[in-house]
Formats: sequence, structure tokens, C-alpha cells
Amino acid sequence: MNKYMIYLNTKRCIGCHGCEVHCKTNKNLPFGPILCEIDHKPLKSIKGVPKTEFSFRSCYQCEDPYCADICPVDALSKREDGIVMLDVEKCIGCMACAGACPWGIPQMNPATGKMIKCDYCFDRVDAGLKPACVTKCTTHALKFVTLTDV
Amino acid sequence: MKKSVYSMCGMCTVRCPIRVEVENNEVTWIEGNQHLLGGALCAKGSAGTALVKDDERPQQPLIREGGRGAGRWKKVSWPTAYDYIADKLKNIKTEYGPESLVVSSRGGPWQGMYKTFCHAFGSPNYTNHDCTCGRNTHHASLSINGVGRKGFVYDIKNAKHLVLFGRNMFASLRIAENLQTMDMLENGGRLTYVDVRQSMTGLKATRFFQVRPGTDYALALGMIHEIIKREAYDADFIDKYVSGFDELCYFIEQYTPKWAAKECGVKEKAIKAFVEEVLEDSPRVIFHPGWNLSRYKDSFYASRALHTLNILMGNIETEGGLLIPKGPGDCDVKGIRNLDCPKPDIKRGDGVGWKYKHFDKGPGLAHLFYPTMHSQDPYPIKAWIAMRHDPFSGMPDPEAQKRAFDNCDLLVSIDTHYSEFGWYADVILPESTYLERDNAICVQKGLKPRLAVRRKCVEPAYDTKPSWEIFKQLATRLDLDEYFPYNTIEDLWKWQLEPTGFTVEDFDEKGFVSLTDDPIMYDRDNLDGQFKTPSGKIEIVSQKLTDAGLESLKPYESPAKAPKGQFRLVYGRSAVHTHGHTVNNILLYELMPKNSLWINTKVAAKMGVATGDLVDVIAVDGFKQRIEAHVTDFIHPECVYTVHGFGKQVPLQSRSYHAGLSDQKLMVGMLDDWDKAGGAINLCEAFVTVRRSARNLKRRVEL
Repeated sequence: MNKYMIYLNTKRCIGCHGCEVHCKTNKNLPFGPILCEIDHKPLKSIKGVPKTEFSFRSCYQCEDPYCADICPVDALSKREDGIVMLDVEKCIGCMACAGACPWGIPQMNPATGKMIKCDYCFDRVDAGLKPACVTKCTTHALKFVTLTDV
Repeated sequence: MKKSVYSMCGMCTVRCPIRVEVENNEVTWIEGNQHLLGGALCAKGSAGTALVKDDERPQQPLIREGGRGAGRWKKVSWPTAYDYIADKLKNIKTEYGPESLVVSSRGGPWQGMYKTFCHAFGSPNYTNHDCTCGRNTHHASLSINGVGRKGFVYDIKNAKHLVLFGRNMFASLRIAENLQTMDMLENGGRLTYVDVRQSMTGLKATRFFQVRPGTDYALALGMIHEIIKREAYDADFIDKYVSGFDELCYFIEQYTPKWAAKECGVKEKAIKAFVEEVLEDSPRVIFHPGWNLSRYKDSFYASRALHTLNILMGNIETEGGLLIPKGPGDCDVKGIRNLDCPKPDIKRGDGVGWKYKHFDKGPGLAHLFYPTMHSQDPYPIKAWIAMRHDPFSGMPDPEAQKRAFDNCDLLVSIDTHYSEFGWYADVILPESTYLERDNAICVQKGLKPRLAVRRKCVEPAYDTKPSWEIFKQLATRLDLDEYFPYNTIEDLWKWQLEPTGFTVEDFDEKGFVSLTDDPIMYDRDNLDGQFKTPSGKIEIVSQKLTDAGLESLKPYESPAKAPKGQFRLVYGRSAVHTHGHTVNNILLYELMPKNSLWINTKVAAKMGVATGDLVDVIAVDGFKQRIEAHVTDFIHPECVYTVHGFGKQVPLQSRSYHAGLSDQKLMVGMLDDWDKAGGAINLCEAFVTVRRSARNLKRRVEL
């Protein structure tokens, strides 16, 4: 059972793409991999105001992650709190996970030759902090939510 | 070793407060100051790390070897560069007089240092970039309120209705202001947005007026008419503080909502419904008087109309309105010391103060130095030091500017990156990036005024220097040492803080020093003395304008229609770039490598242009640039739009080199097209021809 999720309050989101860079700089990523993405639908006029809805996509931290199943060296694993994490030490950069994931979430980091994926910044979470994208969201539109049983 | 440093961002000139984590002289984390922004930072702010690492910026002083703009540079040491500049300046001073030097900067809290250098050298000609930014708004505010555009801060958080005329705040990103606006909207506040196209800000609007380009003034007049007719104004406030209201009532009679609707291409009932909302929301209605309103020939008057709307609301010094910023004096605290040197008693070279008496003499008007360079009247302009200012990116027609600059003997660019002006200059002095340098302490006025400081987070990656050191070194060589009473930044801080009783260690805890615990508001019933006009009242009819032979209530003139096949060229900005400053930053380049040309769907269909097609954009003299089209319903058919800052031509910047289109290069002949009343250049008065490019190839032969 996943403990966390990242929630986007689309009313506050201004599509500034800050989260994408907050993520990249936190993980020290070069040009290439982008681990979370802001997108929006084409504009549509509603009551005279052209509007759109923004969406935020990072790793879904699947209950049964295909990426982990296919990894030949068991570098990917699902933590107790649900975060699907990559052990960079074990990773051989074969990109099997990228092919197995329906959304192509794991990506090659050209700087290291290893894979990289959104892991909700688990090092920060373990230190009692929030993921980089949430911490620095320009308009506080992203929230790091702890899921509870209802 | 790990450390945490409070500082000030420098990716754009909003200068958001930040906290930076550093490990082994490498920046590992930048966030918005938790005490002021709750951590929030934009994409540009995070991409500061890439700026430090960027090896496509000047890495040591450079002196030109080949012709101007040829890109042949001699790498020199700092002392050599300082000596070179000082020798040239001494010669120019002897031959032409000290007033032949112009120092221009971006403006901002540290401009006192650059201004001091200019004045101490003996020249009155300090200027800044504002003629391509907020000058019209500034002069509009001065003429009405007697205080400049920074004479008010906007209490958006507590407002019920924010009205933005093209102020695309969710792309310009002043984070503190954005958070306020979001909070206002979450509390049920309304946002009315006026533009020629839909923008990120307009997406959040509750009401949207897509107007014909150049008709903002008409819409504002229509609003004033209806507000006066519906008596939606604060009569007591007007009675107490305002002069010229009767003249306004008489003048506005002809500008009905019906007329405005027709002129702007909007619905009359929408204007009336808007005023209905204003009736509900006043006085907590803020009409933003504009920021970069150096656009149309009547932008000054549009801004005056927006100021007038605020006055009608009576929203000055009320919660949810326009608040007068408070300084150290309001907190019974002594202010900091700043570098200063009285302005030499010499006529300015741009004519401001003697030829043009109604303009703010402080920074004058940068673009008016060009005619002087040609005419040498009242005296020659022979040297220009551009401190983090890129005239070729900001002002129209760089080729015309070059012809003027060719009359100068010395062009110096001090900047963190290669600017287009820098590439043409004689000397480039590379300034350390904001993460690699300290800056002087500055006062941030507001309801809760504070002192703030930028501090060095990492040692410079290359042989670059902070501006305080560059100006000190130049001053020493020119025997102007007395105006720069410091050797280290610690000396300067100590000297600045001495009257206040604070020490620089007081900034360690939060990154700033708050001068008051509680917000300070003046008594709204006793605002006399706050409006520094000749009469002491808010002047709807300005004596200063009348004296200058200008109308205060200017009859509206409809903007010119583009000739057939042509479009008005309108520019704006994106949330991921700071104009030309950041287009070569690898992390921001990745998000937005080039700009596109927005064009209305119906117009594009007639031209056979679809999104992604290449189009030729052609200036009046035939100069042509090619760019991808972005076809959308949400732009007015009379104009095309692009993001400013692209199309750079500095070969050493491999990512931004010729990437996208440069709007200012298409404004051929427009350097002289400026607003005689407001002072700013009219940056949206150029027409361009657009056609489908012959380069849209469908097939090719390989062998």
C-alpha cells in the first residue's frame, strides 16, 4: 500500500515548469532526462475566458511495478512506504525498465550511464522533508500527501 | 563541508529571497526563503546552478582585437583590463570632458554604486534600461500621484478584484506577488485580464477582454465613463485628495462603454458587467498600472487612466488597495548608508531636465543618447559602460544603435554572460554570477520594511569579479577613491550598517533584518504630504504636463491598422526565461530552446500556415527571420506575438545562437519612435510582413 502521493492543485498551478527544474537540480541531472512533467490540454473558451487544466506526471509508484519485475539485477525495488526506488550501485543501465514501464518513467542519465527515475526524493522524505518539486513549487500548487485509510 | 547561506536570487531582477545549500564549493540546493516565500522558487531560480557551471560565459576579462562585433578577443588579466579602461577614460576626459561618459545599468537596489562612479567621474549621464520597461508607468504615476511607480505596493492578498492590463504576472513571476494573487483567488477574489492574446495569467482570470492591439487606453476610458456614471467611485476620497475630477467628468462624457466596446472589439455588456462587479468589490479593487508599458504610442495615457481608476476606487492606503511603502524612518530606525556623489551640474546628454523638463532626471532616457552621439549636441558622447545592461537586446534596431555607438571610443560591458552589446563592445568585464558574489546591503520598502543582502555562496568558477570590486578598482585608477570608502565587502557592509546599529551577522538567522514586527499603515484620513505633486493633491490634470505643453486628458486616437499582409509585432515573456539573459542556460534551454510566432487561426488558414510550419517574418527594410508558427484562436488577428529575448547572435553561446526570432531586430527604424509624453520607446508599434516560408520542404532528392 502506497503511503504517499504527489497531488497537484490545478487551480493554483500556473504551468511555470518550476517543478521540472527543481527535480533536475536536486538530482544533479544533465540535459536529457526530465523526471516529472507539467502538461495541459488545448485551450478552450469557457464563459468567455480561454481556460485549460494542468496536469502533473511523475512516477506512479505502481503497486506491482513492471520496472522492478524486469530489472535483471534487482536494482529496482518497492519500499515499505510504496516508493519505487532505484539502487544506482546495482543498475547496469540496460534500459529494460524504461521499456517495461507503460509511461517510460525510468530514463537514462547520460552523465552516469545508469538509469534514473522519480523516487519522491526518498532521501529527503527520510530526512523529514518533502520532494524537491513540492518543496519549491512556485505557487504551492503541489502537495505531498500522506494517504490514510478511510 | 556543508553550509547554508541566505541570499538573493539573480536570475531575474525580481531578486527573490533564497536559501542556498553548498557542499565542497558546489551548490546542491536553492530554495525560496522559507520565512518569506515558504520555499517557493521558479524554474529560473533553480537553474542558477547551471549558470554557475556554464562554460559559455566570459571566463576572464576580454579586450577586443578585431573589428567591433568580429568576435576576436584577447584574454587579459584584471589589472590589464582596468588599466586599459582607465587610460581610455582619462584620455576621453581630457579631450572631450567627463560628461562624454554614459554609464547604464539594469537599475535596481545597487545602482547607487554605478551612479556614484558616473557622477564622481564628472558625468551627469547615468541611465538605465527603463525606457524599454516601466518609464511610461513611472512618469504616469509621477504626473498624477507625485510619486513614481514604486510609490505604491499592491495589497493583492486582501483585494477582492485585481485588474491586469497585459500584466502577465504568472509569466513574469514575482513569487511573493504570485502567492498573494493565488491566495486572493482562493478566497473568492476576481481577476480581470486584458490582453491581445491569452496568457498564463489570463488562464486564471474570471473575466477576459481580448482587445484589439493598442486599444488599452480606450477600454480604460470606457471603464472610467461607466464607473463615474454608476457613481461607483469614492466621492469622499476624491473630494479630499484629488483635483481635476470635474475636468475628467467632462472629458469622459464621449467615451461610453458602447464606444469603447466597438473600438476594442469587446462586448459592451461585458464592460457594464465588469463595472457591476467593481461596484460590489470596491474599494478593494486594484487596477495594476502596468509594468512593461513601453508599448503603444499612448501607453503613457493608458497608464494614467489606470492610475485614475485606482483613484476613483479611493483604494490608496486601504486594505486590499494601493499601499504607500514604508521605510526605516517609519520604524524609527536610521537608514543604511549608501554610496553617493552629487550629480555634476552639467546638462544631461539625453536632454532630460533641460530639453525635456517633465521627465524624471534620475536615470534620464537611455535611447535619447543615440541622437546625441550623431549630432554631438550639446556635447559628444564618447564612452559607454553598460553594467548588466544590453541595449541591443532591449532597444529596437540594434543596427541603428551600432551606427550611433560607432561614434564612441570606448564601449565596456560588465555582465555575467555575453550580451549582444558585450559582443560588440571593446572590453568585456565578466562579473561573477549572483551565487558567486556579494552585493551591498539594500533597503526593501513595504508595509514591513526590511534590510536585505546578497551573499556569496560559492567561490567563482572562473576568473570573474563582483561589481563592488570592479567599480572600486576602476575608481582607484581614476583617483575617485574617496567615493568608494572600502577595500573589502565586509568594510562596505560595516560602513553601510553603522548608523543602524545592526551588524551583518544579524542577517544570518533569516537572510534579512526586519525593521518592524507589525505592518505600518498611515492614517487614511490624513494623507496630506504623501502626494508630491506641485499642488500636493492627486492631480488628474497635471500642472507639470500642462507646462510641458502636453494634455493631461488626451483625446483618444485609434491605433493604425496594419497594411494588408502585415501584422503588428507584439512581444512578451515566458515563465522559464528572463528575456535574453537565460536563453543559453542549459536547463532553461531544455524547457524552451526557441520561441515561436503566434498567429490567429483564421488568418493563418488564409495563408496556408499550420502550427509547426516555418514562416518568414520580414521587417520594413526587407530584413528577414524565419520561425515556426504557433496557430491559435486566442490571439487578435491584427497582431503576431513572440517571446522576447531569442535570436541571439553570439557565436560562443552555442545553444542560443540564432535560436528563434529576435523581435527587436525586426523593429527597423523604430529607435526614434518614442513617447514624447511618457518617455519610453514604443515597442509594439512595428509592423512586419508574415508569409509561409519557402523552406517548408515536403520532399528532397538525396542523390
